[in-house]
Amino acid sequence: MANARDKNYEFVRREDAPILPPPATEAGITGWLWQNIFVSMADYTSIGAGIRSLLMAILSVLILYFGGTQIYALIDFTIFSAVFSDPEGIKREACWTVDQGGVLPSGWHGACWPFVVAKQKFLLYGAYPAEDLWRVNLTGLVGLVGMVWVMIEKLPYRREVGAAMLTLYPLMAFILLTGGNSDAEFSNIGIWLVIGLAIISAGRLGKRGFLGPTFAEFATLIGFTGWVFLIFNAVRGVAAVDFGLEPIDTRDWGGLLITLVVAITGIVASLPLGIILALGRRSEMPVARLLSTIFIEFWRGIPLITVLFMASVMLPLFMPEGVNFDNLLRALIGVMLFSAAYMAEVIRGGLQAIDKGQYEGAQAMGLSYWQTMRLVILPQALTHVIPGIVNTFIGLFKDTTLVSIVGIFDLLGAAQSTIADPSWSSHVQALSVYVYVALLFFVFCFGMSRYSIYMENKLSKSRSH
Amino acid sequence: MASKAKTKTVISDEVMISMENVNKWYGTFHVLRDINLTVHKGERIVICGPSGSGKSTLIRCLNRLEEHQDGTINVQGIEINNDLKNIDEIRRDVGMVFQHFNLFPHLTILENCTLAPIWVRKMPKAEAEEIAMEYLTRVKIPEQALKYPGQLSGGQQQRVAIARSLCMEPKLMLFDEPTSALDPEMIKEVLDTMVELAEDGMSMICVTHEMGFARKVANRVIFMDEGQIVEQNEPEAFFNNPQSDRTKLFLSQILDH
Repeated sequence: MANARDKNYEFVRREDAPILPPPATEAGITGWLWQNIFVSMADYTSIGAGIRSLLMAILSVLILYFGGTQIYALIDFTIFSAVFSDPEGIKREACWTVDQGGVLPSGWHGACWPFVVAKQKFLLYGAYPAEDLWRVNLTGLVGLVGMVWVMIEKLPYRREVGAAMLTLYPLMAFILLTGGNSDAEFSNIGIWLVIGLAIISAGRLGKRGFLGPTFAEFATLIGFTGWVFLIFNAVRGVAAVDFGLEPIDTRDWGGLLITLVVAITGIVASLPLGIILALGRRSEMPVARLLSTIFIEFWRGIPLITVLFMASVMLPLFMPEGVNFDNLLRALIGVMLFSAAYMAEVIRGGLQAIDKGQYEGAQAMGLSYWQTMRLVILPQALTHVIPGIVNTFIGLFKDTTLVSIVGIFDLLGAAQSTIADPSWSSHVQALSVYVYVALLFFVFCFGMSRYSIYMENKLSKSRSH
Repeated sequence: MASKAKTKTVISDEVMISMENVNKWYGTFHVLRDINLTVHKGERIVICGPSGSGKSTLIRCLNRLEEHQDGTINVQGIEINNDLKNIDEIRRDVGMVFQHFNLFPHLTILENCTLAPIWVRKMPKAEAEEIAMEYLTRVKIPEQALKYPGQLSGGQQQRVAIARSLCMEPKLMLFDEPTSALDPEMIKEVLDTMVELAEDGMSMICVTHEMGFARKVANRVIFMDEGQIVEQNEPEAFFNNPQSDRTKLFLSQILDH
């Protein structure tokens, strides 16, 4: 103690220490370059560090070299060496080298774009009749406009547009694409509509207690079932109306049209289904929990290919004579249920991340179970798992290519069948169309990925912590 | 703290809560043992006791965040049982403030406050917002209304939580260790808010270790240990002349240092 006393600890700052600009290695372009590139290869203070730095430098050069040559090869194939036009209409010979009897130099290797252009209609629409393509285009255009409208925050009526996109748009798309005018009998539909109304009114009466206390407990569920009946049959009714459109069998659909129909239906349906399954699996009601768990584990336990095979080959064997579901519809339902199971597990992860206090806070204020979920828990849980949800969406989008094995010509299936066309056969025929398909897939998947990052940033900004 | 000017309590004869022979178990652990308690309208009760003594469990039974297995609990004449309607009705009239605030991080302060009035009381949005701003002004943070909970300090968050409960215009407030998760310099602002609330005549049951608050505001202090009510008395008598040995030991541990 005494020693410490002797030392002079007294200090009073009279002037502030100056605030200095950062060294070049901390800020600006040089700082960025230093921190991201050179710092790992600039330490030669000891032998070990020197060897590490040298290796890092060599590796960097190698990666730059190989990466660069690969990227250059791709650009060269698709742009520099590619054949863009076939003005003389000589088809395959436009992409032949001199050795093969064409005009291109020996050893030429580039994309044959006239071939892809010639097959464009088939790649995008399949065998959909050419004079009815406007129906597909109109569906796509309305869908695109609606989607962009909902995504841009500054536009008015976003909620209403979103609601229309989820209710009216699918109906419109269905009628435009298939032509509507289904062979369902209006009298038959009328009967079902009346039954639906009867169930709803029974639910209403039950809720007021006219039909006894046991019934009252299930009144909400019964009313809900009635509405499902009513809406389902109303949709059937609208689909049976003759709008004067030529009916087009789904067997004639193909290409990107199929890919988008399958992917979008799967994506849009799997989210609500997944939410219900996830809530069911975490429910305190044993029956709901058991059923959800069985459903999820069943669909996760089998490969999608099996699902599709079952749907298209086995299912018709179990159907009574004359009952015939559309092949595409069966595949759609399969994809939907399959992805719902995956979605459910992603969302369950999000639900588990929510603190118990959030449930208690909501309950203590008197919010019901569904209000608590909708207003408090799900908005937070879904935000937590946006990366997982979009991951599942992108996976689903690419998995749609599997439908080609049950005879549905999606984008990849259509591409493969164009390769069989001998009038365009050349050594770059397959490669050209595959590069094109890959590019289309990339655009869609990358778009989803970017939008999810945008959403994450937006949501995390609004709750900075 | 010369402000011994304890508000003149108007305790009516109206019974707000009655608990009769309430027992509760967590598995085999007997967490509440034969609790009998009557609370009148306008009473302000502080419950203290060592951790694990069942204080929080007791008040969480009053709005069914926890289920009791034996005995009867009546809140405002409504029995708490499996009937969801009763539970909804009770929760509407009983506000609760938690140790960890439990604000909703994805909603603004204002939205936190208007959520329950709009969805549970079916109040129009404009009216709910007006009431919310009134209570936010009362807890002295109206200027934070459009921020998110994550942007506020702990003390501010807890005051928002109090305002959020008040927006439902409850007849009784439950406080579950409202200052235990706060930094020391923020405890006072929350306690001040609670004192003001008490001065306005709100019935409250408060689990806390803030003995200063108990002396100033409570008209009854309850000491719990091992799931039982060991001793209850007016604050003066409770602190100056504790009767049971367990109370004496507890008080000596929290007051002498």
